[in-house]
Amino acid sequence: MRETTPLSRFLSEFSSNRTAAIAAVVVLLIVAIAILAPLVAPQDPYDLANLVLRDARRPPGYVGTQGYVHWLGTDSQGRDLLSAIIYGLRISLEMGVIAGGIAFLIGAFVGTSAAYVGGRFESLIMRIIDLQLSFPAILLAFVIAAMLGQGRYQLIMALIFAQYAYFARTAHGAASAERQKDYVEAALSVPLSHTRVVLKHILPNSLPPLIVVGTVQVASAISLEATLSFLGVGLPPTEPSLGMLIANGFQYLLSGRYWISIYPGIALILFIVSLNLVGDQIRDQLNPRLRR
Amino acid sequence: MLVFVLQRLWQAIVVILAMSVLVFCGVYAVGNPIDVLISPDATQDIRAAVIAQYGLDLPLWQQYLGFLGRLIQGDFGHSFVYNMPVSDLILSRLPATLELTLTAVMFASLVGIPIGIYAGYRPHSPVSRAIMAVSILGFSVPTFWFGLMLIMLFAVQCGCMPAGGRGETLDLFGVPFSFLTLDGMQHLLLPALNLALFKFSLMIRLARAGTREVMLSDTVKFARAAGLSEFTVLSRHVLRLISIPLVTVFGLELGSTLAFAVVTETIFSWPGLGKLIIDSITSLDRPVMVAYLMLVALLFIVINLVVDLAYALLDPRLRKGRA
Repeated sequence: MRETTPLSRFLSEFSSNRTAAIAAVVVLLIVAIAILAPLVAPQDPYDLANLVLRDARRPPGYVGTQGYVHWLGTDSQGRDLLSAIIYGLRISLEMGVIAGGIAFLIGAFVGTSAAYVGGRFESLIMRIIDLQLSFPAILLAFVIAAMLGQGRYQLIMALIFAQYAYFARTAHGAASAERQKDYVEAALSVPLSHTRVVLKHILPNSLPPLIVVGTVQVASAISLEATLSFLGVGLPPTEPSLGMLIANGFQYLLSGRYWISIYPGIALILFIVSLNLVGDQIRDQLNPRLRR
Repeated sequence: MLVFVLQRLWQAIVVILAMSVLVFCGVYAVGNPIDVLISPDATQDIRAAVIAQYGLDLPLWQQYLGFLGRLIQGDFGHSFVYNMPVSDLILSRLPATLELTLTAVMFASLVGIPIGIYAGYRPHSPVSRAIMAVSILGFSVPTFWFGLMLIMLFAVQCGCMPAGGRGETLDLFGVPFSFLTLDGMQHLLLPALNLALFKFSLMIRLARAGTREVMLSDTVKFARAAGLSEFTVLSRHVLRLISIPLVTVFGLELGSTLAFAVVTETIFSWPGLGKLIIDSITSLDRPVMVAYLMLVALLFIVINLVVDLAYALLDPRLRKGRA
């Protein structure tokens, strides 16, 4: 009989939910396409030598002057839309993962240390976090992005600022539960240093809920980034993420050239829905109350 | 109860003060408003006059104290761009935003909660599964893209709905409202639907999760044993028991709906506060930005306060514990 590790049990339970399994495959596929963009995309959309103005705003299926089919049509500057979407996904994913990742680290650190130190420090930190959570993330990100101006670093900072509080709250909840347990007491009486107890004992045990929040927050970072770029306070036009592509197509939407906005939007939603479905499934599996 | 209310009020005032410092520093520490106000070829005299007029030559803390003093008197300063008092500017835009937000939140709650209760009452029926699929989609679709879809389907393809603006308005107590005319209602429908989608999905989820838990409780068993109809059980007992998280979220979401109104108003060119803030950010119109942020902060603090008090009213245990 095969040995069952917690990981293999987790995976087999995960794949028994067909929707979640399909969503996970879609997520992996999109990530792979985004990473391999230069190999997969039919055209390098940002090589100006490739752009022919006569090909601009052509409907899906149009055969361009360079002799290949633009399956999803072309945008206002004659770019192959499929290639633009693939490159846009790459930028969106990069933003989401970098911002989500840093927010994860900051939030986990703040939340865990607040729970560990306790006392006035804890109540002050958590008061600030709660105050921040009472404002919607979109508003915070919007204000920060507006104050800092356009640019990728500014945008990443805005996203981190808007999101770290969610991680901090989750980490705090998990860590204060772990703090009470006997193994922490035991580790401290060995004695191990405080840093070591926090990093090697409390943090790993608080990870599962953080991972759930992580998948959802990466999805929401991507959505936030798209919204900010759409409103014109996100990335500069030189880095066209999906949000920017949709914004560029908005003006043509009213004249019936739907594809410039619609297809980037579908790519965006497919990605976000899949990520959320994966997050939901992980959450359900980690929640003992829902186990029957 | 009185102590509790006073304590909360005191906290709220401290938070507002802290917010005012943050917002002021954040907005005034970046960029240079003088460049926006005066054309580059203006003479030094004009420059100095304008700087003195707006108090931009004083140290930051003096600017802040002056700002705070005027704030208490309800004077938010003068808009750099519109050249009118900010308070008037905001007051003239507020009704449009409030109308849109309230319509969206009402729709989300009045439709979302019954649907959610049904989905929780019959969790395994195909209809409930479809409802949940819609709600997952509603969570994931970015507000701005859903707005684009609405415009494309109803304004461009079928041409039966207007794509933007407020339409014909009718004055009520001297304030223009769209929902009083047929044309205005048509203009209101798509933006409100757009804004409502996220809350709608959230209400469905919360109501469903709450109902699923409450249906297993003794309350429901006894109510059924007493011979009450299923409808009475749901509307009298279940709805009451799940109402606490719903009220919290309703309150908090009222605020976040205002934040998302920025997106919806931009897409549907709805002349409200959100459009004003976007315009003021691009033109670096600081007094307007500061006033808007303070207003939103104030709104959130008031909402949190009201939600806390509503808690105490809805749940007798909290009332006793906190008094």
